[in-house]
Amino acid sequence: MAQAITDGILGGMVYALMAAGLTLIFGVMDIINIAQGILVILAAYLSYALSVHLHINPLLGLLITVPVMFVLGVTVEWAFLRRLRGRERTAMSLLVSYAVAVIIEGALYQVFGATPVAIQSSYANSSVHVPGFHLLFIHVAGFYLANIYLIGAGLAIAAFAVIYLTLYRTKFGRSIRATMQDKVAARLIGINVNRVAALTFGIGVAVTALGGMVYGVTNAFNPDSGYDLISRLLSIVILGGLGSIGGAMVAALFMVTAEEIVNLWQPNWATVVYYAVLVIVLLVKPVGLFGKREARAQ
Amino acid sequence: MNTALSRSASTALLRPAGILVLLAIGVAYPLVFTNAVATNDAIYTLIFMTWAVAWNAFSGYSGYISLGHAVFFGSGAYFTGIATVDWGWTGSKVFWLLPLAGLLGGAIAVPVGLLALRVRRHTFVVITIAFFFIFQLLAYNLQSITGGTSGLLEPPAATIGYAVATYNNPFYYVAFGLAVGTIAIAWLIRRSRFGLQLRAIRDDEDRARSLGVHAMRVKLGAFVFSAVPVAMVGGLWWYYTTIVDPASGFDPLNDVAIALMAFLGGLGTVAGPVLGALVIEPTYLTFQQQASYWYWMAYGALFLIIILLLPRGVIPTATEQFGKWRARWRGRGVHAAASPAAISDRAEDLA
Repeated sequence: MAQAITDGILGGMVYALMAAGLTLIFGVMDIINIAQGILVILAAYLSYALSVHLHINPLLGLLITVPVMFVLGVTVEWAFLRRLRGRERTAMSLLVSYAVAVIIEGALYQVFGATPVAIQSSYANSSVHVPGFHLLFIHVAGFYLANIYLIGAGLAIAAFAVIYLTLYRTKFGRSIRATMQDKVAARLIGINVNRVAALTFGIGVAVTALGGMVYGVTNAFNPDSGYDLISRLLSIVILGGLGSIGGAMVAALFMVTAEEIVNLWQPNWATVVYYAVLVIVLLVKPVGLFGKREARAQ
Repeated sequence: MNTALSRSASTALLRPAGILVLLAIGVAYPLVFTNAVATNDAIYTLIFMTWAVAWNAFSGYSGYISLGHAVFFGSGAYFTGIATVDWGWTGSKVFWLLPLAGLLGGAIAVPVGLLALRVRRHTFVVITIAFFFIFQLLAYNLQSITGGTSGLLEPPAATIGYAVATYNNPFYYVAFGLAVGTIAIAWLIRRSRFGLQLRAIRDDEDRARSLGVHAMRVKLGAFVFSAVPVAMVGGLWWYYTTIVDPASGFDPLNDVAIALMAFLGGLGTVAGPVLGALVIEPTYLTFQQQASYWYWMAYGALFLIIILLLPRGVIPTATEQFGKWRARWRGRGVHAAASPAAISDRAEDLA
């Protein structure tokens, strides 16, 4: 149980980061990026290719994959999403990002094939043992902390710190928040909303580089894995409340931990936890845990 | 006034005539194109056409984009497969299971709709995706009923008892009948008070409610209606292929392909999804017959081009252009005076 909870919290941090990218994009641009799942897999394949062909350590490889994913995100926003106008913009943004996902999926199948692969590294299977201890009156059995989870959680926290400082301590961050509050007003006071949208999309996609690296080390993956990821990420951002980064973090930690716990005795049904929790919460609170009221307007 | 009268008189004759010609083409198709590949492609096109029209009668009219209708397709397929094998039905008798599959789809849509329709916009889309994954997971995990990952392996006792050369024909005509029936009902809904209420919800749900539309009842009614034909073609699809597993019965790509068909033709119009299915499904089948994954990328690229170049769809864009052209050509009278907005409203009603 202690093992499941710590794995859930550490793994949850990585999911929180990927979900934060998704929810940030929603907050600024009012669109859902369905391609986020396959972008994580694309990043995982990039890390994999770098480590297999160029023998670059996946951690060092982040120095390459993060900028690559950032540029890809900016390009997708500029080339496709910016062109959408009109009443059905939301629905069309779903279809456009899905089309981007289909193209990436096809390209990945073409280049890497359907056989699952995993990133091999020195820290993939090593772990730290935490001996048993007493917490108040409960005896906690000893458990292991997988190094990759520790590294992933550490990196995710660092990335969150960077995102937080950018949003709340820089001029650019202020223009992002202004755009989230009111697009028209932001434009009126001289904010280049298009530039903000492109850079936000870039940031939202760049975090998948980190998520993809950790996912690739901890799971065997093939291009089909994107569906599994996007369904989890969507459940997390909806549960947290669309547009709320803090909500995404809380929801990710909760969902991944709950999944790990159910996984202890019902491995087949573990993923249903995501959707069951989602449906139950939305019955009680349709805007999600930390969602704003406006998100409900049609 | 005079021009308007003669115009409506000519369309009053033209439209039934056009529909009769289309019906005749539909009936004659398998008699002319006896090639099994041609009828196979036609069956798939009709199945997806029915699905797209039914989907559009909910999502297109109400503005609630559902990416979870594969729930009903897969449920219909599994129900028909399990019932056929368990009851040992054979031949054309199996087609009588399709109305039952439709009822099952409608019955599933009631609780799903009651839960999902509490939320709007993006959240609704994601909730429908969540339901989709719940059902796919059920298909994977309820192994004693669904056969788990490998699907329903046991073939029906005897396949349909027709000659090989015309084997596809009964499937074709059942699919054709389902498509025609669904289009007719979608057309009736669009013309009815119910359809008007749905479009009022699409335009401004809160205002529609304040004007006395029972929004939940109307939305749920449309949702349940749209589930029935989808479950029926799901059952037909199973009997045609006699294979279903969780990945093919509950296929997320189908959900998006359906939305694409409706968008290509014109979301919320009656003819739009019909046209979309006629263009997209044969294209997809052609791509699919290629050996490499390039078809996959080409499909995605086609998808992008359609949405970016024709955001409103073929039918509304074409009818609007036609209306403008006719107004310019006549040059005077009521049409020339009508604002572009009025023309496009009219165009939308005609479509």
